[in-house]
Amino acid sequence: MKTALDLAVLGALAVALGAATPAFAQDANAGKEKCFGVALKGQNDCAAGPGTTCAGTSKVDYQGNAWKLVPKGTCMTMKTPSGMGSLMPIKS
Amino acid sequence: MATPVLPAPADAAFAAACLDAGQPVPGFIRCPAGERPERRFSVYRNNVVASLIGALEAKYPAVAAIVGDEFFRATARLFIAAHPPRGPVMARFGGPFADFLAGFPPAAGLPYLPDVARLEALVLEAFHAADALPLAHDHLPALASGAIALRRHPAAFLLRSQWPVLTLWRMNTGHVELAAVEDWSGQEILVARPGLEVSAVLLPPGAAAFLETLEVGPAAAAAAALDVPGADLSLILAALAQAGAFCAPEVQP
Repeated sequence: MKTALDLAVLGALAVALGAATPAFAQDANAGKEKCFGVALKGQNDCAAGPGTTCAGTSKVDYQGNAWKLVPKGTCMTMKTPSGMGSLMPIKS
Repeated sequence: MATPVLPAPADAAFAAACLDAGQPVPGFIRCPAGERPERRFSVYRNNVVASLIGALEAKYPAVAAIVGDEFFRATARLFIAAHPPRGPVMARFGGPFADFLAGFPPAAGLPYLPDVARLEALVLEAFHAADALPLAHDHLPALASGAIALRRHPAAFLLRSQWPVLTLWRMNTGHVELAAVEDWSGQEILVARPGLEVSAVLLPPGAAAFLETLEVGPAAAAAAALDVPGADLSLILAALAQAGAFCAPEVQP
């Protein structure tokens, strides 16, 4: 036998569910369907993209210079707080 | 009946040679007359790695934006060598990427990066999780009588981070404008898919504790939540219910 829901929880839930219509009301799903089985990537053509030759990059050894890699994306804009590491490359 | 094209040892040699340019071209590779197998095979090898990098980019777009394309692709290449796919489902490929980043010295200056990757992995997990209707107002009488139990939605996942990863993720997926982050305090995040769209929302204090303890029972969940400083049960349940953290009963009462 299941116990009745704690009154405090139930009261709060009633307020939560009654107060606002959740954004995920079923109508929001009308006209959409879940697309199953779509792979993220899987083209069988030359996948290396522009600026490369089909066979050209496979022997590039990133292991050798991995430790010189420096993140250069939006991390520069977002500003890591000071004292928690820097954006400078790690010196070997 | 399907016949394997290659015996298992040849399969393994082929897979290993695909991911490691240092390995010789498998001896059973044949080419048209006049072509060198090394050249032909390196095209294939290159496409395998480039496709896997592309799969990681598709799964971790915020990480890619944060570190930039060059850093991401070089990092992805190292990750792929260390953690090649273990099955044919690309959505499951790359699970250990967050842990890999946590131990990757070039990314040490971005200590929040592993949690951004964890959030992105949860978004994909929520997308592929079981469908279920979210709890609605109609279910309250049955809940009150004890006929049904309050249950966590199968596509609802929690992430606790000591970093503002939801903010970072939103900024790097086009949800909000990119700016300097002023508040670097931690965030507790709910990733949910009550319908067809995955959403990630910031939880108020105690909400994560509530959801984590819900399996024990609603009273225990409420107690666990109220142990958290600043917890407000009404706020917690409003946030969780509206984000789709609870599911409807399987059988209508």
